[in-house]
Amino acid sequence: MNFSMVELQLMVKPLLAAVLGSTVCGIVGVWVVLLNIPFVGVAMSHAAFAGAIFGLLLNTNPLLTALLFAIGAALLIGPVAERADLEPGVSLGVIFSLMLGLAFLGIGLLPGPRTEAFRFIWGNILLVSWWDVLLLGCSAVLITGFLLSLNKEIRAVLFNRELARAVGVPERTIFFLLLLLCGLAVTLNLHTIGGLLIFSLVVSPASAAYQLTYRLRTMYLLSVVFALAASLGGLVLSYLFNLPSGAAIICVASLMFGLALLFSPKRRSRATG
Amino acid sequence: MIPAVEISNVTVSYYEHIALRNVSLTIAPGQFVGLLGPNGAGKTTLLTVINGLGRIHSGTVRLFGEPLGPANIRRWRTQIGYVPQQLAIDPRAPFDCLEAVLLGVYGKVGLFHSVSDDDRRRARELMAYFRIEQLMHRPVGQVSGGELQKVALARALLQEPKLLLLDEPTANLDPGSVREIVGLITDVYHRFNLTVVMVTHQIGHLPEVCGQLVLMKGAKIVWQGERDAGLKPERLNELFNG
Repeated sequence: MNFSMVELQLMVKPLLAAVLGSTVCGIVGVWVVLLNIPFVGVAMSHAAFAGAIFGLLLNTNPLLTALLFAIGAALLIGPVAERADLEPGVSLGVIFSLMLGLAFLGIGLLPGPRTEAFRFIWGNILLVSWWDVLLLGCSAVLITGFLLSLNKEIRAVLFNRELARAVGVPERTIFFLLLLLCGLAVTLNLHTIGGLLIFSLVVSPASAAYQLTYRLRTMYLLSVVFALAASLGGLVLSYLFNLPSGAAIICVASLMFGLALLFSPKRRSRATG
Repeated sequence: MIPAVEISNVTVSYYEHIALRNVSLTIAPGQFVGLLGPNGAGKTTLLTVINGLGRIHSGTVRLFGEPLGPANIRRWRTQIGYVPQQLAIDPRAPFDCLEAVLLGVYGKVGLFHSVSDDDRRRARELMAYFRIEQLMHRPVGQVSGGELQKVALARALLQEPKLLLLDEPTANLDPGSVREIVGLITDVYHRFNLTVVMVTHQIGHLPEVCGQLVLMKGAKIVWQGERDAGLKPERLNELFNG
């Protein structure tokens, strides 16, 4: 595989976007997997997707409206997930389909060619701008900073929310911040992976990491490494075979999860236990 | 003497279901109180009212003379050791037993601060006291029920609590583990000079040191007083079969 200097220069932005996007998706993926809220994340990513479409429709910055929709979804989903009288799966199903419906309604109402809208559906990491890279960099700093500065509170919430509350940790605040940062991560990756696929890059690497370690720190590290490997692997495949980059990245991430499941020491210990 | 716990006319309801109906209870400092009653009597709800995990509809709760409210609830939680009913923990969860014990001080240490070396030393000492120091680096989802309860007790004591709340600490344990946990609870009560409230529906699981009994049925306290008077067969028969 030979790359010319021009091709290498063209790849700088996608590579940076892949590294930064993988870092944030790898970290928030650990939260989503350990809190066991994959459908919350799916609903939020679709809310961000719908927000981006409405941003295009209203002729404003689509990432800003995507972020507002994701925050709105987090504020709606958080209490819904906590209410004892509502079946969370049913409520999330309604919210998820509403968001998807709003997104496609917005696409239907868009005048003229819908190239930008389709980019939010499928994503294209090869077309990211420096502005996208800067935003991803800011989100990586914010999410990593949050993780490092409130590490023990986050660990407590991930371990058991009721226990965290019982020992005096501000559990609800931490939980909502985790949801909001999850929304931020999926929003800023809309351009690279696309609204329909982004959540796979959040869940698959973290789920693969979960199969391989009993240490939370190692799980974070593996999750980021797997997300990065999936992004770079998908990027190379997309470049070599002229494939849609978002879909290629998700296929690699899912393959890695399958391999981790197959070779998981936890699976072996359960089988022999 | 200021009571350790003073619950006045507390009602807790979840939509149409009333979990506690106009309950009042006073517990003196240093007392060991057993909450006894059939399933669904409101025992766990009463326990969670004390540490603010249960949301009350009406009434007041005072701890050591201080009214419990949104402004001080988190501070009080750092001073209440709570052993919930046995947790279901995924065997694959990436948390070891030492972390599960250290969690006890996470609220007390406060935001943006790390757990101190002194806290770590105390956590190890408590694990040695409960004879689980060999489990320190074992995934917490892979220990037995009895060991998990010892981890929970160590976590509660790491908080250096004024009040210890135990919710069915012997549930789902084999007879040997029940004896061991009851013995440890007795020792903890004497050694750490605590006020203890223990929920159970198994009369035989109440430690000898439990001097006061509160009998609950149908979301109400139906009797409270000295242990021996509370354990009369006709009273228990009415509580569980009446």
